[in-house]
Amino acid sequence: MPSLFKIAGRNLFRYKRRTALTLGLIALGVVFVSVFIAVTGSFKAMMIGQITDSFVGHLQIHRKGYLASIETLPLTLNLNPPAVKKAEQALQKTPGIEAYSPRIKFGAMFSNFMETSNIRLNGVFPQRETATVPMFPSRIHQGKPTITPGEMIVPELLAAGMKVKVGDTVVIIATNKDGSVNGKQFTVAGIIEPATGPGGRDGYIHIEDAMEVLRMDQMEVSEIAVRVKDFSRLHAAFNTLEGGLSQEKNKAGKPIFEVHTWEKLSPFYNISRMIDVMTLFIQLMLIAIVLISIMNVMIMAVYERVREIGTMAAIGTLPGKILSLFMVEGFVLGLLGALSGSLIGGAVIYIINLSKITFSFGRQEGMILSAGIDPVDLLMISGIVICISILASLQPAIKASRMDPIRALGYV
Amino acid sequence: MQLIIAEDLSKTYPMGQVTVDALKGLNFSIEKGSFVSFVGPSGSGKTTLLNLMGCLDRPSAGRLTVAGTEVAGLNRKDAARFRGKNIGFIFQSFNLIPVLSAFENVEYPLIMVQHVPGDERKRRVIELLDAVGMIDHSHQLPDQLSGGQKQRVAVARALVTHPDLVLADEPTANLDHDTAYGIIRLMKKIRKEVRTTFVFSTHDIRIIDEVEQIFRIEDGMLKTEG
Repeated sequence: MPSLFKIAGRNLFRYKRRTALTLGLIALGVVFVSVFIAVTGSFKAMMIGQITDSFVGHLQIHRKGYLASIETLPLTLNLNPPAVKKAEQALQKTPGIEAYSPRIKFGAMFSNFMETSNIRLNGVFPQRETATVPMFPSRIHQGKPTITPGEMIVPELLAAGMKVKVGDTVVIIATNKDGSVNGKQFTVAGIIEPATGPGGRDGYIHIEDAMEVLRMDQMEVSEIAVRVKDFSRLHAAFNTLEGGLSQEKNKAGKPIFEVHTWEKLSPFYNISRMIDVMTLFIQLMLIAIVLISIMNVMIMAVYERVREIGTMAAIGTLPGKILSLFMVEGFVLGLLGALSGSLIGGAVIYIINLSKITFSFGRQEGMILSAGIDPVDLLMISGIVICISILASLQPAIKASRMDPIRALGYV
Repeated sequence: MQLIIAEDLSKTYPMGQVTVDALKGLNFSIEKGSFVSFVGPSGSGKTTLLNLMGCLDRPSAGRLTVAGTEVAGLNRKDAARFRGKNIGFIFQSFNLIPVLSAFENVEYPLIMVQHVPGDERKRRVIELLDAVGMIDHSHQLPDQLSGGQKQRVAVARALVTHPDLVLADEPTANLDHDTAYGIIRLMKKIRKEVRTTFVFSTHDIRIIDEVEQIFRIEDGMLKTEG
């Protein structure tokens, strides 16, 4: 084998310009793909972080059927106290759960005594909510970043539209699940900026106030938002949790709970999927570049070295060895292209990070692009390039190995 | 002892709608260790015969035995193995591998064909390069060598595997008079040392004068033997 590599290397070096051009093309493809993956990956990670850490959480537990009716925030589909207890027990048994926050969500009327508008409200335990969605306090840009009973955090758009300021008194009027209307005064403790996606324009009150407004004797929660310790282990946690909760049945023998990851809860998941599809197409383009360039070079190499092939065959070189020789050339081209492309790609990613490029997502502005590529992804790209290089060399190599020595020796 | 035995050996080629009889029922034998030449005009069938003896081609009819093996029945792989083990080739255009040095060209069949271990390989290559007077040029690439030097390297490459038979197709055609003589004398000298059979195809009078046995071919038929 070392001799095969030696001969292959020298043959590649023999046509320096052509080899350099091919390597350049492959390297450029690898750079393009790795930078694309790094940038889009960073974009995806930041967006997912924004959505999950601002309000959605990594997972949510609801009563079965709640998600289908989530637009109306139906109080009749809340989890009753025994169900909440069961969910909490399941959460405690599930490894990798960092925090969870029960929420009572409901629609209400919001009044500043001059005007009235509708509002979606979340009754939460502020500390548990912060532990579950850590960016929650940072979204409160006026007032204090938490709430106590009797206080309310008003969404920015509503506050601006109804000219409500921190410290003002407002009234919340809501109908409970029995149809009874109730109202309560609140002091505006903070103004919260919207975030992209569902729930991004919701107001917040303490969960005890939500129970009071809705005249709940016992806490009936609309959802439990869950945060996992390691986001890369999200689906493992989801499977364990869902596996545990799916065993819980109501009297009719139907499941009580439904568990969803952020992917099901946020429309951004579709954008994330689109990015993945785009990445796939970019990878296909890379494959095409490598396939065409290597095949072209190897076909040329075979035509230029017909007499050499004939000589090798006449001397007694087995067809398999001749095949290997050309495939090794393709492999070396792919390997060098992948290596140089990975190195240049790494350098470009480093420069992008040094440049501190900023972008906006929804209302979030000045987010710094932090491009990074997983070594596994880089290995995968290099692996694809090398495999395609070998594959592209196969046809010319077979042609060389099957060449009739007499014709090859007489080739001019 | 007979190294090559041909019995009613024929070779036909399809050429468009017609069939060309390149060799027509040849019968001959060649002794082991002899220095033999097939001579004849261009198109007489010399190269075709050498291709058959070198297992590069198959006869259309008849029998051909080389080093005790009936070579007509060998498949592609077995023929390659047989060539690697038993036959050395010297070509008119030298056919050295351009990316390998003189040393590596001679070493090539030992690595790629016979898989000879490193030390033994090195010893044999040096011995042969010395024998052909190319030891001082062993690190030069073919395009840095003259025609005569290239052919010396080609002779060393043909002999390094210790073949029973060396086939040389017009080995002096691209060489000047003095160089051609030098190559012939070299082959003759080595032949005596290693007891290898040399078979040429040529119409070069310089070779004809040096060989021990001449087969004359015309129109695919053996005319005389001397």
